[in-house]
Amino acid sequence: MATETLNAQDHAMPTLLSNPNSVLRRLLAVIRELLGNPSSGFGLIVISILLLTALVAPLIAPYDPNVVNLGNVLQPPNAAHWFGTDELGRDIMSRIIYGTRISLTIITIVSVIVGPVGLLVGTTAGYFGGWYDTVMMRITDIFLSFPSLILSLAFVAALGAGLENAIIAIGLTAWPPIARLARAETLTFRNADYISASRMQGASSLRIIIKSIVPMCMPSVLVRITLSMATVILTAAGLGFLGLGAQPPLPEWGAMIATGRRYMLDNWWLVAFPGGAILIVSLAFNLLGDGLRDALDPKQH
Amino acid sequence: MTAIEVNQVSISLGHGPAKRRILGDVCFSVAPGESFGLVGESGSGKSTILRCIARLLNSWEGDVKLEGTSVNDMPFADYCRAVQMVFQDPYGSLHPRQSIRTALQEPLRIHRMDRQVERMEKALIDVGLNPDFLSRYPHELSGGQRQRVAIARALILEPRILLLDEPTSALDVSVQAEVLNLLADLRAKRNLTYLFVSHDLAVIDHMCERLAVMQHGRIVEVMSRDVLATGAAKDPYARELIQASLEYDQAV
Repeated sequence: MATETLNAQDHAMPTLLSNPNSVLRRLLAVIRELLGNPSSGFGLIVISILLLTALVAPLIAPYDPNVVNLGNVLQPPNAAHWFGTDELGRDIMSRIIYGTRISLTIITIVSVIVGPVGLLVGTTAGYFGGWYDTVMMRITDIFLSFPSLILSLAFVAALGAGLENAIIAIGLTAWPPIARLARAETLTFRNADYISASRMQGASSLRIIIKSIVPMCMPSVLVRITLSMATVILTAAGLGFLGLGAQPPLPEWGAMIATGRRYMLDNWWLVAFPGGAILIVSLAFNLLGDGLRDALDPKQH
Repeated sequence: MTAIEVNQVSISLGHGPAKRRILGDVCFSVAPGESFGLVGESGSGKSTILRCIARLLNSWEGDVKLEGTSVNDMPFADYCRAVQMVFQDPYGSLHPRQSIRTALQEPLRIHRMDRQVERMEKALIDVGLNPDFLSRYPHELSGGQRQRVAIARALILEPRILLLDEPTSALDVSVQAEVLNLLADLRAKRNLTYLFVSHDLAVIDHMCERLAVMQHGRIVEVMSRDVLATGAAKDPYARELIQASLEYDQAV
């Protein structure tokens, strides 16, 4: 009798609720945890605003970011132009709003390149070991031994200046830390019983890596990618500033600072607002990354 | 034909003067449908032998034959269908991020077996679990339930030989008995061959017809179960081990 009631209860439980690992529930739990902490909450909110701004940029930008108005140059912040105008009379606020699209494009493409490449190199090196591991890790070491901005500079110099090449160059320099991390994670559980069990069931190495190892590496890799977003934004801005990233008409924040530099001493708003945008967004990514580390760490639950 | 035949298996680690033999010339054979125990203190090489047979270790010498064929000559898919293993720690042998459904379905997908849902539900029922457990995750199960799932996973490919690496030592005493009875039932129903590693002589006495006592990487004596009751082992170490176990049981 008692067991029957128990079973009935089991059946009555909706599948979604009885399954705390369902993607939606996990996502909601992670977001709740991130919002519960002031600093990671700040990060999440800033990045949500950033995403929203990029999405509706044409609706909220008061002016066209590329329209030159020579009768209205170098205006300090005022009611018509909240962040002032630049040396060609373009509205800085509109340019910053449109600049979110460029920053987000860079971040998205870089993480799409860096995540899979880092995971692939790291998990295979950790799982197979031996000479393959040695070769892969020495290559990673070579990439890691250059400062990322210098290496990106070298790549951009070789590929030619421009936003696309800057993205590729940043992608090429940002994967090694992820590969290292994925390898270290893989080493900790490549001899776990569940991997042995999977091998005994006839799973191929590829299957084991994709189905068993990658899901275990995912949380820490995700955290690491979020944290490296800040560096990516700074490197992109640095390349833009040096004239090797986004080219002048594009409202990229680093390029805006580069062109504003000449007028900086008399017209502070040309560099202060794009600089502030870079600061806030990279800070937000750092805080979000820290929060994600706490929220996704399986040892805390 | 024997189900398992282990012939002169040895493992050495290190090179040159630092070379040390951790397993020396182990020989034993298990008949089909038999349950064979391996006992010995920690570090005596019981689990290592099991891992050699399970092909989880590579650098060993000697020969292991399953049903007359050397494991190295067997196609890997056939090998997987013939032998499966149940691990010691049920908390480490199930992937923490895979549902029970995934854990059970993976081997079926790999071997392209038919009627997958039916097989998964039957596998759970056979180990005394409700088919509803399919949608659960390992962290929602107790140790005993996890070990049942691990047994279901090992049996879903319908192997003829099951390697058991101290399957109950991580469990609570009351749950131990349930899992041991389950294993005994499954063996009777499916005519499975067990190779059962344990350091608990009472468990071996309950589960196995014959056993081998191991010490320092060698088998010191192969005996039948009856010897456990009388304590009349030929080898002094085996006698000592049995005596200690008997005294412990009396003390408890």
